[in-house]
Amino acid sequence: MRLTCPFCGPRDVAEFVYEGPFSGAPQTERPALSAAPAAWVEAVFLRDQPRGETRELWRHLHGCGCFLDVLRDTLTHEVRAVAFADPADAAAMRAKP
Amino acid sequence: MSGFRLRGHAAPLVPFTWQGRAMLGAQGDTLAAALLANGVRTVGRSFKHHRPRGIMAAGEEEAGALVTLGEGARTTPNLKPSVVELEAGLVARAQNCWPSLRFDLGAVNDRLSPLFAAGFYYKTFMGPFADTRIWMACERLIRRAAGMGAASPLPDPDLYDRVHGHCDVLVAGSGPAGLAAAREAADAGLDVVVAEADFALGGDRLSDRDPQELAAALAELDALPNVRLMARTMVFGLYDHGVAGLVERLPAGAPWRERLHVMHARKVVAATGALQRGFVFGDNDRPGVMSAAAARTYVRRFGVAPAREVVVAGAEDSAYAASIALAQAGLDVIHLDAREAAPPALAERARAAGVDLRPGWVPVRTQGHALGGELRGLSVGRHLGDGRARAETRLPAEILAVSGGWSPSIHLTTQARQKPAWSAELGCFLPGEGEVLSCGAAAGVWSREGAETSGRAAGRLAAIALKATRRRPLKDADPGGDEAPPAALWEVRPAGRAFHGAGKAYVDPLHDVTADDVRLARQEGFEAPEHMKRYTTLGMAPDQGKAGGVIGLAVLAVARGEGTGSLAPTTFRPPYAPVSMGIFAGPDRGPGWAPVRRTPFHAQAEAAGAVFVDAGLWKRAWFFPRPGEDLTAASMREAAMVRATVGVADVSTLGKVEVQGRDAAAFLDRIFANPMANLPVGRARYGLLLREDGIVLDDGTVWRLAGDRFLVTCTTAHAATTAEHLARWRFRWPELDATVDETTEAWCGLALAGPRSRAVLEALTGADVSDAALPHLGVREIEATGAPARVARLSFSGERAYEVMVRPEAAAALWQAALAAAGAEGGGPYGLEALDILRVEKGHVTGREIDGRVTPGDLGMPGMASRAKDYVGRALMEREGLLDPARPVLIGLRPVEPGAKVAGGALLHPLGAETGRGIGHVSSVADSPALGMRIALGFAAGGPARWDGKLLMAKDPISGRDVKMRAGPPCFLDPWGERLHG
Repeated sequence: MRLTCPFCGPRDVAEFVYEGPFSGAPQTERPALSAAPAAWVEAVFLRDQPRGETRELWRHLHGCGCFLDVLRDTLTHEVRAVAFADPADAAAMRAKP
Repeated sequence: MSGFRLRGHAAPLVPFTWQGRAMLGAQGDTLAAALLANGVRTVGRSFKHHRPRGIMAAGEEEAGALVTLGEGARTTPNLKPSVVELEAGLVARAQNCWPSLRFDLGAVNDRLSPLFAAGFYYKTFMGPFADTRIWMACERLIRRAAGMGAASPLPDPDLYDRVHGHCDVLVAGSGPAGLAAAREAADAGLDVVVAEADFALGGDRLSDRDPQELAAALAELDALPNVRLMARTMVFGLYDHGVAGLVERLPAGAPWRERLHVMHARKVVAATGALQRGFVFGDNDRPGVMSAAAARTYVRRFGVAPAREVVVAGAEDSAYAASIALAQAGLDVIHLDAREAAPPALAERARAAGVDLRPGWVPVRTQGHALGGELRGLSVGRHLGDGRARAETRLPAEILAVSGGWSPSIHLTTQARQKPAWSAELGCFLPGEGEVLSCGAAAGVWSREGAETSGRAAGRLAAIALKATRRRPLKDADPGGDEAPPAALWEVRPAGRAFHGAGKAYVDPLHDVTADDVRLARQEGFEAPEHMKRYTTLGMAPDQGKAGGVIGLAVLAVARGEGTGSLAPTTFRPPYAPVSMGIFAGPDRGPGWAPVRRTPFHAQAEAAGAVFVDAGLWKRAWFFPRPGEDLTAASMREAAMVRATVGVADVSTLGKVEVQGRDAAAFLDRIFANPMANLPVGRARYGLLLREDGIVLDDGTVWRLAGDRFLVTCTTAHAATTAEHLARWRFRWPELDATVDETTEAWCGLALAGPRSRAVLEALTGADVSDAALPHLGVREIEATGAPARVARLSFSGERAYEVMVRPEAAAALWQAALAAAGAEGGGPYGLEALDILRVEKGHVTGREIDGRVTPGDLGMPGMASRAKDYVGRALMEREGLLDPARPVLIGLRPVEPGAKVAGGALLHPLGAETGRGIGHVSSVADSPALGMRIALGFAAGGPARWDGKLLMAKDPISGRDVKMRAGPPCFLDPWGERLHG
């Protein structure tokens, strides 16, 4: 399996780590630090098991280190799209000469 | 008379050894061909019934006998002789027989066969005795009796290689269809790889009468720069995203034995051909029974006659190709066709070749020699329909060549989740449509011309899919192509009462599964194919449904009273055929297992006599022995030296993360359990980080280098996870202006510890490092030995101590200067063991204590968890269970008898209640020179508050040694920290 990192290009999956499901907005990945334990239990311990298309957060840990927004199908293992998950990375890439 | 080499087969001779006997084969032979040519009929004993077995096929579908190759450490068991390339000096032997191949004591299993039906062992031995010693003893014997070959216990001396490869089109198989597909795709300019499992390219074309045509076609293809032809290379599995696993067997003399290709193919074409299957009748497993296609292959490709007297028993057209080839080679051939009427054109050709053709007849049961059991004849009868026949007469035969139909090799498309469909017309599963394209016999196209058409069409489709051509798809060949339809014949069952019994009728000879076993499975409720397969082991393991898969499903469907129209195959899994474990390990073993990390001080430490220890991937200086010293003596001397004068230790492996930005302080304040926002510039602070679930992740120090610039150091063991933790949270808080960069290897460092450490630092820096200029927990960026350095006054040992970090290129100079200055003060280097002694004496924690189960409270540092701010892990740390006052808390332990040596990991028990799991455990031990005894840190329920001054028993269930210890606070030395300023 390969993922196409928007910075590094297509790379073997061994270079990446899976970070969990992704909502699309980094700041909503976890409850506020001040939130009650129940909200944290939900976020840390409970997992959906989606069938079909799912949005995930990956990190190109052994590459550029960028966090990646991956659209993947859990049924077919097809990777539909890989984009920067961090808007700052996307902006930096656009600004690249 | 048994097998022999046909006249006119001119190939150089190849010597080999079978069962200790020297034999000669011909170049280009498989082991099976060479054995047949040497007249060998029985090649092994079967897995469960210990029946004699011979060569049954000419490919991976071989179900007759497995053999063991090689000797000593190179012993390889369970190989199919039909796919083993004959190489000079090859040594092969039969397996699963004792004391000899022809007189096998285990054959008594065959006589007791009613006892050895599927499920017998489990029902008999496990039911009443499950989980008892009786079952365990029986299991050992059963496993030995039901044996496969034995692997060598010695380490594999061979090397295995692994490469990643890329291509546009991967064609699996080099038969007529595969070569046509490759040619078509190559003509569109695509990069094509053709992988062929056999050692010779050509597939079925190797059995052509004129070998020159194939050689010319291969030469032409090989000359194309964009085509790679790979013989001895099996596509054993297809994985996601077009990744194919290929195993290449390298010829003898290559530096590697095998090579794993992880092939990234944009398109895969399965031209894997089809396997001929037989049908089932009484004693259809004797040496001498083989597939009709195999008999043809031995005659045509290898020039080997399996015997002179042959009966061909077919239920479909391709059996004629076999009988014609055999008759043309001068053998005596009787051809039984299960169909009422023979296809006229084929029949005429067969008769013209001298075949004695008998339409409407089937074999009922074979007969063998009294001694050895090899085939000598068979009872035959007229086919009464639906597989029923009555034995009417006997025919003599040394070879019975059977053809029940063909099964396309749909393993690869099935692995790609393309669901196969049953074709009642062709009597086989056809591959499902999808990303992987099938062509030729793999798609049920039987004829040579059809296969080539089908291959070209697949090659064109691949080129279109990859946008390499604008041309239109080619017309594909239709499946089938026989003159007359096949008879749906799965099993011949004696009509009426069989006087002499029906014999054993094998569906899967490799696993000794009979048709009765399949029916028994159904009778016992294992009606679904997947259940039947597991109950009987049909088609499992090396076979993967090649020999008996389809027949087993058909026999089951008939037993269920259903037609075969609704058959669905069981799942095929990679590998297609067995592959060595070595290719998966590849070069990752021995020194290649893991990379080695050495610090920039490694060479200097080595020159200073260091003994190194593995710490993760790092090599760390463990101790610096003087003549005659062992680990304990050296480390105790080093620890005492630090307390008396000064020691120098390599601390480069500490994790380092730089955090910068306007909000760097706010970021760290949210990360650490203790406050960080108010850390002044030029100061360092100890800190604890929690995981999200409230458990301590790591501890470390934070150095504030500037208002917006921090250095976080963390433990060696947790460096990577801590750096990832910080990066993850920086991502989650985009509102904070902060960057996180791991710099562990960008800086290296020495710890200078001991009452004389300041003098050493002065010598290194030449700067004012007085207590006023660099107080305890002070940080300065100055020069050391002329290089930029970061210096912090931090202590892990409890002594006055400094950490000096420089860039790796300055390491050698720093080490030399530090050692010289320390030597002048009466000090020297110290290693990891002394470092550990010093920290245990002070009750400082490391990974032994921060073991992924403890909270700040458990470490005796509840105060480190701020109540005035929010931070990562706080919410879940405040869960009820983690606040329980009865949780094990860090304590210090000293032995009641000063000489007693407690072991790490010992369980702690209150005196008089020394059973069970106890109330905690010993986490770290140290032979303390300062206290003159072995002290320990550990965890006990309730902690020092409950146990201070009381006795606990430390029990080591492994050594059986119990040590009575007195509990106290975890700090053994200088509880008020006065030495920090000494």
